[in-house]
Amino acid sequence: MLDVSVSYNRYKFLGHEFLTWLWYIIETEQRGIRPGPGGVSTLSLGNRVMLENRKDGTAETITITGDEAGLEEGMLALNKGALVTELNLLFRSGDYQWRFTIKGESLHLVGFKGPRTGSVETQEDLEGAVLEKVYLCEQAIQYMDGIFKQFIVLRVSDDWAKKVVPRMKRWIRG
Amino acid sequence: MGLLSNTVSITRYRVEGKLKKPAIKTVAAGLKEHAVPEIEGDVAEKTVGWTSFQSPYRPDFGGSSFVVGAYFVFSLRIDKKTIPPKVLKKHCAIEEAKRLVEAGRPYLSRHEKKMIKEHVRSVLMSRIPAVPHVYDLIWSYEEGFVWFFSTLKSANEDLESLFLKSFQIPLIRIFPYTLADLSMGLSGQQRDTLLQLSATEFVG
Repeated sequence: MLDVSVSYNRYKFLGHEFLTWLWYIIETEQRGIRPGPGGVSTLSLGNRVMLENRKDGTAETITITGDEAGLEEGMLALNKGALVTELNLLFRSGDYQWRFTIKGESLHLVGFKGPRTGSVETQEDLEGAVLEKVYLCEQAIQYMDGIFKQFIVLRVSDDWAKKVVPRMKRWIRG
Repeated sequence: MGLLSNTVSITRYRVEGKLKKPAIKTVAAGLKEHAVPEIEGDVAEKTVGWTSFQSPYRPDFGGSSFVVGAYFVFSLRIDKKTIPPKVLKKHCAIEEAKRLVEAGRPYLSRHEKKMIKEHVRSVLMSRIPAVPHVYDLIWSYEEGFVWFFSTLKSANEDLESLFLKSFQIPLIRIFPYTLADLSMGLSGQQRDTLLQLSATEFVG
């Protein structure tokens, strides 16, 4: 495997392409997303999208926030060549809901809020709460890993250039 | 933000390699050897070490207190002392004035001023309390992953070096390339293609 710091910088674009593709697939092909745990799940955009346009050595950052925010400005930025660098997502499975922001270049999960765990009063409660928290985090993480796998398998296939990119270009042009 | 907080931030790692058996005993030894030292009354500016998830201010790794189900759960503690610049300036000025009277001279050399500053800094460092920062982590030894509950760059760097020092196995940070290369079950051919990828142009 390549040196970690070299590969972090060399393949930074992969995370940005992943989030841009994710936005595209949420908007256009929701049924194309693999089902999550329990089979019934939905993924939707949350209340924040950050994009970055790197041109001629300079970077322009566009942030769209707010529950009722329109994403037209984001589409406009995509049209000018920007890619998504951070995406706030809402993942629902059964009665549970998770909200988090995923950062493209590091895959850091920030502001990760899932279902509440039980209150802690005794040692046994504490262990139970830890296990419950791990289980709940794992549900969302495994789901996201499944979607990333879907993306990366496409990305290293011929279909990426032949089918996916032309469709995404049409979506970006509106 | 701790593991049980309502809102958390997570950096994911893959753990490469195996511990000396029995694993629990090896982990306990690594945690004890690199438990966070107290720096109250010491001139050290920063210390980094392991502490207990349940009692972060009184590290105790006795028995298998850090084992929860199939996971190792403990915390990284980084204690830091910071002297406010104005406090340092004030105490240096007082010390310089005292030294001038003692020496019976109208000025001090640059070297003398530097020595005074270093002395004052040491004295203040030994007097001020350290501010503790606690970051929880979960280690699934069986599945070979660590979740670190902070995305702070400096805390992650401290974690990576202390983990290697304590357990002699490295942590590999998960980001798009490492996730694709190590955890997605790609074939040899797909991994070769991954290595050759370059950025896609979506416009034009």
